[in-house]
Amino acid sequence: MGMAATDSQFHVLAVDDSVIDRKLIERLLKSSSYQVTTVDSGSKALEFLGLCEDDQSSSDSPSVSPNNQQEVGVNLVITDYCMPGMTGYDLLRKIKESSSLRNIPVVIMSSENVPSRINRCLEEGAEEFFLKPVRLSDLSRLRPHLMKAKSNNQNQEKQEDESESSETQSQEQEQEHHELEQQQPQPQLQPIPPNSNKRKAVEEGFSPDITRPRYSGIATLV
Amino acid sequence: MDAVAQWRNQWFDYTQYLRREGFLDDQFAQLKKLQDENSPDFVVEVVSLFFQDSEKLFNNMAGALEQNVVNFKQVDAYVHQFKGSSAWIGAFRLKNVCINFRNFCEAQNLEGCLRCLQQLQQESSALKNKLENLFRLEQQIVAAGGSIPMME
Repeated sequence: MGMAATDSQFHVLAVDDSVIDRKLIERLLKSSSYQVTTVDSGSKALEFLGLCEDDQSSSDSPSVSPNNQQEVGVNLVITDYCMPGMTGYDLLRKIKESSSLRNIPVVIMSSENVPSRINRCLEEGAEEFFLKPVRLSDLSRLRPHLMKAKSNNQNQEKQEDESESSETQSQEQEQEHHELEQQQPQPQLQPIPPNSNKRKAVEEGFSPDITRPRYSGIATLV
Repeated sequence: MDAVAQWRNQWFDYTQYLRREGFLDDQFAQLKKLQDENSPDFVVEVVSLFFQDSEKLFNNMAGALEQNVVNFKQVDAYVHQFKGSSAWIGAFRLKNVCINFRNFCEAQNLEGCLRCLQQLQQESSALKNKLENLFRLEQQIVAAGGSIPMME
């Protein structure tokens, strides 16, 4: 089946427990030429993203279903803040804590203008904070984050392509080195300091046990 | 003056009246912007959804306020939800009643809450009526072969 999103269309996952808000957000996004999927809860969002939240207690990287990642290709998550159960903030954290999802830009929406709330979300890695009701003009703020994520993905894919081709030149040394990497315990991902710029640092290096993404295009990856 | 022009004039007058009286604010115009050939009934759909949803919320609020021990936080949550929806369709007066309502919830003032709920129901009913008039005018314009003016 291949990619859900074509090269020219970004796929946005919208999360909101209110049926009216979902309808509005969906229309706003579609009017801005995005492909849209809406869900009514944070847990459904994680399901859609292929994240099993049950396994996150002990490991640093919750397990991801690779097949789902291939099919889904979500380029941005936009979520309401106030939701029963898992709030938008909780969802944001889970996405940023996941090694496979952390590069997906996340935008938080709220009908309440609470500066401490806004700061908290931005510090946790949200790209933007939209006040509801959201307007068409607000959506133009999404594009830069999507383009940045796309170019990060393309750079990372290039890096991996290059490192793969150098491995197939199979010198013994390279073979050993590669094996060594796999034997090492999974490197701890750099925790993002709480006062960091809201633009996340691009992850340096990559965990050896994350499989090379099998999809091309603009789907997000590790 | 031909039929289309007459209906359009009426439409202008009516929308001005609605704005002046605070029934609608400019968020409603934003809503109209989202309506196009791909989604020709969008505004009517959203508005219908809004009034359906508000019925449910009013019942929830009433139920919560009838309890022996009123859970004001719960009532506040319903009002918060309703305020959010009202904001989306530009229902200015409804939004303002919600603000008062939330204050009464915080003060745990049952009397105040009950009054606000009544106000919400009345205002909601009035707004529904106004919007039906507006949509009818728009239908007339289209039926007479004209196009609905842009809302500034």
